[in-house]
Amino acid sequence: MMDLSSINPVVLAAALMVAATPILLAAIGELVVEKAGVLNLGVEGMMITGAVTGFAVAVTTGNAYIGMVAAVLGGAALALVFALLTQYLMSNQVATGLALTLFGLGLSALIGQGYVGISPPRTPKIDFGWLSEIPVLGPVLFRHDPLVYVSIFIVAAVWWFLRHSRAGRILRAVGENHDAAHALGYRVRAVRVAAIAFGGACAGLGGAYLSLIRVPQWTEGMTAGAGWIALALVVFASWRPWRALIGAYLFGGIVVLQLNLQAAGWRIPVEYLAMSPYLVTILVLVIMSSGRARRSLSAPGSLGRPFHAAG
Amino acid sequence: MTTPLLAIEGLTKSYPGVVANDDVSMAIGEGEIHALLGENGAGKSTLVKAIYGLVRPDSGQMRWRGAPYAPAAPHEARATGVAMVFQHFSLFDALDVAENVALGMDDPPPIRQLAARIRKVSTEYGLPLDPGRLAGDLSAGERQRVEIIRCLLQNPDLLIMDEPTSVLTPQEVEILFETLRKLREEGRSILYISHKLDEIRSLCETATILRLGKVVASSDPRAMSARQLAELMVGTALTPPERAGLAPGEVLLEVTGLSHRAPSAFGTSLKEISLSVRAGEILGIGGVAGNGQDELLAALSGELRSKHQAIRLKGQPMGRYGPNTRRALGLLCAPEERLGHAAAPEMSLTENTLLTAAWREKLVRRGFIDWKRAQGFAEKIISRFDVRTPGPHVAARALSGGNLQKFVIGREIIQRPEVLIVNQPTWGVDAAAAAAIRQALMDLAQGGAAVVVISQDLDELLEIADRFCALNGGRLSAPRPVAGLTMEEVGLMLGGAGDMEVAGEATAGAAEGAAHAET
Amino acid sequence: MLRLEKRPQPSRAWIWATPLLAVALTMIAGGVLFALLGKDPLAAIRMIFWDPLFSPQYASYSRPQLLVKAAPLILIAVGLAIGFRANIWNIGAEGQYIIGALFAASVALIFFPSGPADVRIFGRVLFSYDVAPARWWLFPAMILAGALGGLLWGLIPAILKTRFNTNEILVSLLLVYVAEKLLAAAAVSWLRNPTGAGFPGSRNLSQFAEAANHELIANTGMHWGVVAAFIAVIFGYVLLQRHMLGFHVRLAGQAPRAARFAGVAPARLVLFCLGISGLLAGLAGMFEVAGPARMISIDFNTGYGFTAIIVAFLGRLHPVGIVLAGLLMALTYIGGELAQFRLGLPSAAIQVFQGMLLFFLLALDMLSNYRIRLAWKEAAP
Repeated sequence: MMDLSSINPVVLAAALMVAATPILLAAIGELVVEKAGVLNLGVEGMMITGAVTGFAVAVTTGNAYIGMVAAVLGGAALALVFALLTQYLMSNQVATGLALTLFGLGLSALIGQGYVGISPPRTPKIDFGWLSEIPVLGPVLFRHDPLVYVSIFIVAAVWWFLRHSRAGRILRAVGENHDAAHALGYRVRAVRVAAIAFGGACAGLGGAYLSLIRVPQWTEGMTAGAGWIALALVVFASWRPWRALIGAYLFGGIVVLQLNLQAAGWRIPVEYLAMSPYLVTILVLVIMSSGRARRSLSAPGSLGRPFHAAG
Repeated sequence: MTTPLLAIEGLTKSYPGVVANDDVSMAIGEGEIHALLGENGAGKSTLVKAIYGLVRPDSGQMRWRGAPYAPAAPHEARATGVAMVFQHFSLFDALDVAENVALGMDDPPPIRQLAARIRKVSTEYGLPLDPGRLAGDLSAGERQRVEIIRCLLQNPDLLIMDEPTSVLTPQEVEILFETLRKLREEGRSILYISHKLDEIRSLCETATILRLGKVVASSDPRAMSARQLAELMVGTALTPPERAGLAPGEVLLEVTGLSHRAPSAFGTSLKEISLSVRAGEILGIGGVAGNGQDELLAALSGELRSKHQAIRLKGQPMGRYGPNTRRALGLLCAPEERLGHAAAPEMSLTENTLLTAAWREKLVRRGFIDWKRAQGFAEKIISRFDVRTPGPHVAARALSGGNLQKFVIGREIIQRPEVLIVNQPTWGVDAAAAAAIRQALMDLAQGGAAVVVISQDLDELLEIADRFCALNGGRLSAPRPVAGLTMEEVGLMLGGAGDMEVAGEATAGAAEGAAHAET
Repeated sequence: MLRLEKRPQPSRAWIWATPLLAVALTMIAGGVLFALLGKDPLAAIRMIFWDPLFSPQYASYSRPQLLVKAAPLILIAVGLAIGFRANIWNIGAEGQYIIGALFAASVALIFFPSGPADVRIFGRVLFSYDVAPARWWLFPAMILAGALGGLLWGLIPAILKTRFNTNEILVSLLLVYVAEKLLAAAAVSWLRNPTGAGFPGSRNLSQFAEAANHELIANTGMHWGVVAAFIAVIFGYVLLQRHMLGFHVRLAGQAPRAARFAGVAPARLVLFCLGISGLLAGLAGMFEVAGPARMISIDFNTGYGFTAIIVAFLGRLHPVGIVLAGLLMALTYIGGELAQFRLGLPSAAIQVFQGMLLFFLLALDMLSNYRIRLAWKEAAP
């Protein structure tokens, strides 16, 4: 019989935020990219590139934060390759995104060779003083590393940007109808390149969170589909930032629960439990996609379509 | 002579293989409604794009109130005082009216203030608008209002309007003209692009006529007949299509109570559509864009399925059949969008024959394609319909609009359909090709086929159709014989029997505009 | 300033020249990469592209490997190319490959000559049976099972797409991870070798003559998978060039609305494309597990399903091109192993190399659709 008593709901809830943060970061970046009308399937590749650059730089400099900055730059650099190919050389977005993932997985394995089995510098948790002593709420909400809060802040900032700022309005316009945006004199490509770079930066940071805080260690292919799950999360969120946050935390909950069940020695073999995050993601995609009319209303109008200004 | 508002001198712009504007000179005075006339492809769009800063001319110059004017981007043009109302694709469906307007401004105020100004200005000019509605939910006429209001909020000196009436009912056109005259009284100038001669004669005091990129005349359109203007535009004397009367035969196509939910988020639902067409007859279906034309064609072609009994060909129900079964039984269609719907842009003309003629013309045997036969069929279309192209191996997108249209309509006609449905058969086609296409449709009817022509070009419908009905909000009016039908009656039919598409508080302003138009 | 100008129609010359140019550029960029890793770039390139075929020292071992590695790549890539042409993106071939292998291996292992055996689920004995001597039909049955496994796994994203409008890219990819977990479960539980001292992995199929995928001609690498790949290439060619179904596949990819107008049912096309690519990937898995891999193990899959995506693009989604691309990609695998063994080149470097190849190809692709114009003319008076 399994021992469910070893699963503590408070610990579970606290762990959930940590488990959700990498995919939340990657998803919020991809959300902005897709709002600009671009489908970048290379999230997995950018994440793992961020994971390895962040790890390598953090180990070399002995400072996790410098590593995170490097991860942001690494993710963005890879994203800019995607931007160059799709926005200037007019390559197919789906194929280029896949190329980014294949390339990123190889590149990260190459860079990471010398870093297997090393522990990275620690990232201290934020001290909230008495707040962290509140029963239940304290451990769940106020005993985390800074990036957990940074990721929530990014979600809020993206929400405000898209909803209330002029630049955000332009970005949505470009994603909705790039021909019209071009006709009004907006620089479709420039907007998209900026969005793609932001998406890459977020994915890179998400990857670094995995290798520096969540695991924390470097192993080849350690993202294990997190980038793809982030892509699915954007669909789940119907391209709305706060819903991406909810989705990520729900997902984080499933991951943590599954890990806890594994540890509790449930009778289902480990392999089947380990499948559950992927199966749940597929299930969520099915539920979200079948409301056809609603989805077509919220997906950006020009998503995935190439833009080439004539004349 | 006073300095004109905008003077264009020797402007030339060429694209690979075509000179769009060749040494064009013209002048637009202050407080003047200036017509820019020309066929599709005459270079009107390129010229206004140059004025609006979207295209940089190869040579020549422009002067604004005497000072050199060379906008590098639209925002520079707007800063100078130029505003433009586009014909197509400049609204963002998922954004609301106020956001759409804000996007067209260089220095928009906060959205709430802007919404208030939109309400105020739009009512002032008789074009009321609700700033909170999603652009995707607006009718074609209302969408145009958004564009106009967007321009007016910037207080422009020169307003460019590209074919503004192509999406309006005759009554809406009158409301628009009233607004334009009001703007002229305020001292603003309007550059009015059109190929509709009657409109220009009633609205404009100066006209510049372009043909093949060159200015062929500059004159007062009110002093010329529509026929004279048309011949200047086209360059040859026009011969109206000919057709002998024929007693209509048996009913070939009968549609009863055809309804269909809108297939896409911003599409139109078809509501209880009924019609019947006899052998030898052409039924014209008019209507403003976005009132269900695409959906009706899709329902008839078999791209959308409906109740089996709703569509009958010679009595045989076929609502549940797909496109190829319907084709086999003799019902053929030619949709509006040439590139991407009626033809695959990247494929050769030979390959494009397979879209509709594969089985009817036996281009496929037991699933295997007979490429020789397909090529032969493509060559047959090319020679019979005078399609100008180097050969059947050429990609569809390499053909000009008129030639491709001749190809896709010819592809259906040559298969001797019993019923042919066409949507916008001459949209964006040069006059010579348009005349050829209309003649071919009439010849087909003459030969005993039933033809349905869906079109927004009322002149075209009145010219070739035997009976006319109008599509409005997915409903089809009862058909009327074309003989003896007046423009006013047509207008009322298009507007859903006088019920103009003006929402709520709009009615007062619209009625006022209509009253002005009467005087 | 450079400007792109769309060609009236794609340039045929460039369509076939770009892959060659991409290979050349990748060799240069790869050389730079190898130099950065402290290896002699010329020696590395030579060891990857030349030595496996022509060096007297290695060719005898490497040459047969070429067909062994190319066969699964070609088999999978032909199926993927059909889907990609229709704009239906099966990127989960790796998963279909695994499931095909699992199905085929399961069929084989049921008949493994080992005396009475139990069929268990979750450790509980479902039923026991005594193994009859295996027959000639076992290998064909494995082929059918492998194809069926891949087909079913490929149909999951297809059915979800047609029924619920889900994105087939995400679903097919996520199913790779599910398949990998199933593979691991099989290797440690229901397919585990009962005589393997508890180590993960199934029995060795090469010790079971009726189930093994033998080399057909000694020292050529020619096995049944190569034959299957050859048939698949011919099938793909005829389908895409001569058959109406293939025409509809291309039409749906280029102009979906025109395809519906031409009477193509999108749902059926999705089922066909994902089904056929799954089936071929499953077959590849079957030939692999019965041949070169010999058994089900946790690390049975080595990324053929993903590399086949590169092969499909490099071959211009054309079956004949895919043969050439598959052979080239197989060469980089073999040469990479050689360079790893002889020069200490990290194995990941080859992965990077393959990724770069796809990048260069996609970047150069625009040459066939666009003309590059120098805009200096505008500066002239």
